[in-house]
Amino acid sequence: MSTLSPLLRVPKRRGVELLMLLFAVAIVVAAEGVVEATRDGHLSSRLITYGAVPVVVGLVTHLVIRKVAPYADPLLLPIVVLLNGLGLVMIHRLDLGLAQQARQNGGTFNDPAAPTQVVWTALGVAVFIALIVIVRDHRTLQRYSYTLALAGLILLILPSVLPARFSEVNGARIWIRVAGFSIQPGEFAKILLTIFGAAYLVAKRDVLSLAGRRVGAKIGSRFIGLDLPRGRDFGPLLLAWLVCIGVLVRGHDLGTSLMFFGLFIVLLYAATERASWVFVGLALFAVGAYVAYQLFGTVQTRVEVWLHPFAQLTQAQINAGIDPYYQLKQSLYGLGTGGIFGSGLGNGHPELVPLPSTDYIISSFGEELGLFGLIGLLVLYVLFVVRGLSAALAVRDAFGKLLATGLSFLFALQLFVVVAGVTRLLPETGLTTPFLSYGGSSLIGSYALLALLLRISDAARRPATTPPAKAVKSEAVTTS
Amino acid sequence: MNRPIRKIAAALAVLFAAIFLNLNYVQVVKGSDYRNAAGNKRVLLNEYASPRGAIVVQGTNIAVSKQTDDELKYLRKYPDGPVYAPVTGYYSYVYGRSGIEQAEDDVLSGNDPRLFGTQLSSLLTGRNPKGGSVELTLNKAAQRAAYNAMKDSSGKMRRGAVVALDPTTGAILALVSTPSYDPSVLSSHNANAITRAWQNLNNRRSQPMLDRALRQLYPPGSTFKVIVSAAALKNGYKPDTKVFAPVGYWPFQPKKTSACPSNAASSCVQNFEGESCASGTQATLEFALAKSCNTAFAALAVNRIGGSKIADMAKAFGFATPYSDTNNPPDFCDPPALEIPLPVCSSTVGSAGDLDDPGSLSHTAFGQQDAKMTPLQAAMISSAVANDGVLMKPYLVARELSPNLSTLSRTQPSQLSQVLSPDLDAQLQQMMESVVTAPEGTGGPAAITDIPGVTVGGKTGTADTGLYSKSAKTQPDAWFTGFALKNGEAKIAVAVILENAGVSGDEVTGGLAAAPVAKAVMEAYLKSGGGH
Repeated sequence: MSTLSPLLRVPKRRGVELLMLLFAVAIVVAAEGVVEATRDGHLSSRLITYGAVPVVVGLVTHLVIRKVAPYADPLLLPIVVLLNGLGLVMIHRLDLGLAQQARQNGGTFNDPAAPTQVVWTALGVAVFIALIVIVRDHRTLQRYSYTLALAGLILLILPSVLPARFSEVNGARIWIRVAGFSIQPGEFAKILLTIFGAAYLVAKRDVLSLAGRRVGAKIGSRFIGLDLPRGRDFGPLLLAWLVCIGVLVRGHDLGTSLMFFGLFIVLLYAATERASWVFVGLALFAVGAYVAYQLFGTVQTRVEVWLHPFAQLTQAQINAGIDPYYQLKQSLYGLGTGGIFGSGLGNGHPELVPLPSTDYIISSFGEELGLFGLIGLLVLYVLFVVRGLSAALAVRDAFGKLLATGLSFLFALQLFVVVAGVTRLLPETGLTTPFLSYGGSSLIGSYALLALLLRISDAARRPATTPPAKAVKSEAVTTS
Repeated sequence: MNRPIRKIAAALAVLFAAIFLNLNYVQVVKGSDYRNAAGNKRVLLNEYASPRGAIVVQGTNIAVSKQTDDELKYLRKYPDGPVYAPVTGYYSYVYGRSGIEQAEDDVLSGNDPRLFGTQLSSLLTGRNPKGGSVELTLNKAAQRAAYNAMKDSSGKMRRGAVVALDPTTGAILALVSTPSYDPSVLSSHNANAITRAWQNLNNRRSQPMLDRALRQLYPPGSTFKVIVSAAALKNGYKPDTKVFAPVGYWPFQPKKTSACPSNAASSCVQNFEGESCASGTQATLEFALAKSCNTAFAALAVNRIGGSKIADMAKAFGFATPYSDTNNPPDFCDPPALEIPLPVCSSTVGSAGDLDDPGSLSHTAFGQQDAKMTPLQAAMISSAVANDGVLMKPYLVARELSPNLSTLSRTQPSQLSQVLSPDLDAQLQQMMESVVTAPEGTGGPAAITDIPGVTVGGKTGTADTGLYSKSAKTQPDAWFTGFALKNGEAKIAVAVILENAGVSGDEVTGGLAAAPVAKAVMEAYLKSGGGH
């Protein structure tokens, strides 16, 4: 490296990453300390257990990155360690709350989630390391795009074709359950299909945006209308997308369905640079939403709950002991009770919201950390997305740009849909919050996403190891 | 490809901005609404961590927090639960609060800003902050007598309500709604048991959790004749003025006197079993009230006084202004007519159209058609008559106390209206006394003879509910509203309703059923030395 000219000496910034990691670890340990002091009145050995998780995760991943992706973005990893660590603290805190709730109701609570989440974290880190070590150049993924698409589709279809007892949880057939072990293959399919979409569109972007028919009319000197691509170019992508939607509708997982829809539109737009796709996509989305509303009682219920969360229960609902409004109502009550500064970690009652550690972990944080804490947490996500999109802007190859954009967008859209759902900005869709929520598939999938983004950011900032003259040229490409 | 990426970033920025704005709305703008919503248990759970203040009646706690061993440190107990349930309400970590537990929550929980000083000191000393207590106006003897008198001969609770007031102040002396329930079953620390109890209570057809005294509207029946009488006195009538009292009153042929046909669809008004009021077609106003002649009051209202003056008088007694659309009555319970501090539903004389139409008015005159009132409103009628025509505002909370028992506030009695001048009111008092004492009076069972110096006045009612059960008309509700004076001074006003306890068309049955309950309450109160 010392032979390179000063112009190309790009700082690796691993030191910054380490410092930020220490900062993240300190926050997580402090948070766990507060939880234990509040709940038990003293610190216990669990502080060491749960404090060790971010230390080990941070250290191991940091060392691997130093070795195989030295130019990777220095903020992505600390953000993830902080989110994962805080999620673990909250899951542990909810275990304590749920245990107390169970004791009050005369039952016992013997299904703590936090230890399992530690195992999931370890598996997530393992997948992360495997991916970032094996995929030394993200462009190699392009070569396997059809294989990956096939794998993604199989993962997606599997729960729908398995018998319900292997795949259904809470009315959604999106799981694979074998021997007490359950995974949500859709979480992995999302990433695999993003890779396929990016690779496919990069290969076909020219024919997609140039060849084809124009539908519309010329008004004055302006052309109003659409450029429709040829069916044979567009067909495979549309087919893949239709399969996704069909499978998801069959599995009643409308949240993931929405993810695919958004991803599809954004990839198409980024590849073709034609805004008309966005409008067509939004129109298709409106139609899809309307059809889903007409077809599925669950969608109607969620819209009704969203519109009137404080509606009186009907006599039939009271008799049956069903309260569809309960969850959102409790979420809003929790957020409102938390107010600006929150009740403090361990001091609120987030366990009153059903699914407090998965779909509704955002309201658990909102209640105990308040508006300030929750916005702080969301700013971490914003930073993550910003860093992901910067990598997309900076990376030189089109596939990398499209993939980083797709992954960052997926991440951002999922967070938006979750937070909008639990705060009644939009109807609830039942998705997990990346890195915070309890759940193996979500966590492992998120770590895989992190590995790919780090890999692309490494490629974006890594100086070309070619003679200076050529390197300058490649920089010019970067800023194009 | 960077241009679309930047645009995507901008679109995401808009989405995140929407989230941040919405979080401000949910957590800051709507924060206190959500925090204090009745279904939000969080504040309640925090409250369980500190002792909640007691609800006190004459030195006895009717709701009190006891220390326990489990996670929720304090358990709410209601030592005389069913007797006081319509007043105390419940305090449940599953279902929130009701009654005084809800209305006086700030004081009981210790969150009232006036308790800030004691809260600060408990914060500094490390002790749990304590709630203040609430002292009610209830009289133990009257409340207990009212509750026991609602039992039938086999000891089973009859459906109905009793309200007793101190006419001179408006203080509520008794407030009973039966059948009742024990709020302790909802305040336990076992969520499953609470849920089961709640469902059980809600599924019972007798609706034990309904506060009939304040939240249920009943047709006033003949008790409404007191208001028509007051309007008559105000318009120059005397108790001995002869009024038109035909066998049958035909609102659209006001001079006709012949008996009504058996055809039920006719708007013709008749007395019980079509009998005449006095001999001939005339009776004195006093006689008509004592015997409760429907025809006399129908004729008086339609031919002489008119609907608007009756509505004005009813308003002075506490009824709401007639509503505009006959077919679309408003929500009578929201907003409440009074907060005592428990919310009380509005009583109504019906719509403006009801009062203009002779057919409707002739039935409103004896408390049918669309007229409806709460048992509290019935007690307010007698209260105003007993108190020289001055209607006092009913109230239930005598004092709010800090944890160290210093007085935070004391309710000052306040006047709602002057329904009649004192001399006219004296005539109305005398007419209501005749209801109890005169041979033709329907209120005889309310008479108190064994306490010297006591006179009792009142009015009975046997009100058609207009409801059907299994295609048969339900039995009418039995009313009594009355007062007791001792040595000429107003002591107590009582209203009693017994649902479906009368016999259809029989004016005497209402009095026979409800008047003894009122008598028991008045007697218990006077003998306990109350209001001496």
